[in-house]
Amino acid sequence: MSDDNTINCEEALKRLFRFLDHDLDRHRHAEMETHLARCKSCYSRVEFEKRLHGHLREVGQQLPSDALRQRIKKLIGEQ
Amino acid sequence: MLELTRIGEMSTTTTEQKWLEQALTEVLNDLYGAALRLSKNTADAEDLVGDTVAKAIKCIDSLLDRSSFRPWIFRILTNTFFTECRRRNTRAETPLEVCDDDGQEGEFWLFDKLHQPFLLWWGNPEQEFLNSLLRDDLVRAVDRLPEQYRMVVVLSELEGFSYQEVAEMLDIPVGTVRSRLSRARSSLQQELWHHVQDREPGKLLDTRSE
Repeated sequence: MSDDNTINCEEALKRLFRFLDHDLDRHRHAEMETHLARCKSCYSRVEFEKRLHGHLREVGQQLPSDALRQRIKKLIGEQ
Repeated sequence: MLELTRIGEMSTTTTEQKWLEQALTEVLNDLYGAALRLSKNTADAEDLVGDTVAKAIKCIDSLLDRSSFRPWIFRILTNTFFTECRRRNTRAETPLEVCDDDGQEGEFWLFDKLHQPFLLWWGNPEQEFLNSLLRDDLVRAVDRLPEQYRMVVVLSELEGFSYQEVAEMLDIPVGTVRSRLSRARSSLQQELWHHVQDREPGKLLDTRSE
């Protein structure tokens, strides 16, 4: 699909999540960046996964109730 | 001199209390968010956070590097959760299987699904799909994951810990974190696809069914 000399789309998709999670070594990470700069299809896929991840990340944050805040404050005060 | 003193040795001082209160305030939303997705209900999540904080205060001496406070307290959270699961004997070890629409096991990726030639969308398919997603869709999809997969999704996807940190927290190899996360992501995306399809059947128009 792309004229990239380093990695092809198949390899890029295999590395996609490790790339997004910063789990690749510097060389492989750079190969991904080079590929994404040249391949519109893989770039779109990465952008989609990033945006989906952003939505998921919001689920991980939740405002605790005042009761829980007070409970924790009390625990700290008792130490 | 205060900075050179071990944290535990000044545990009764106001300075120490203030530091701990500040550190807990900074992680509380994340800690409670993770607890809620692990426990799946408010009352249990509040108890999980309360028990975690009580244990953290009790063993604050084991925290030798304050910059590691966040992974340190999340490890206490996961251990407390597992202990409670074992006590209740509720730990589910259901294997996670992702099947395609024909019932064949395999990977499911939303991006591929959104770019099927026979699927009609108005406008940009990825953006249309993301716009259709509700927080409740995401919560339900995460909650449906078996516990061991939900745990890695919560720690990695939702809370942003590295594979190595997750592996250390759960005492499993990094490769296991990667493989569980990959299967969990695929399953999550399949759940999200079905949620949006069920809620807005007219929006995703598969011409094969016409």
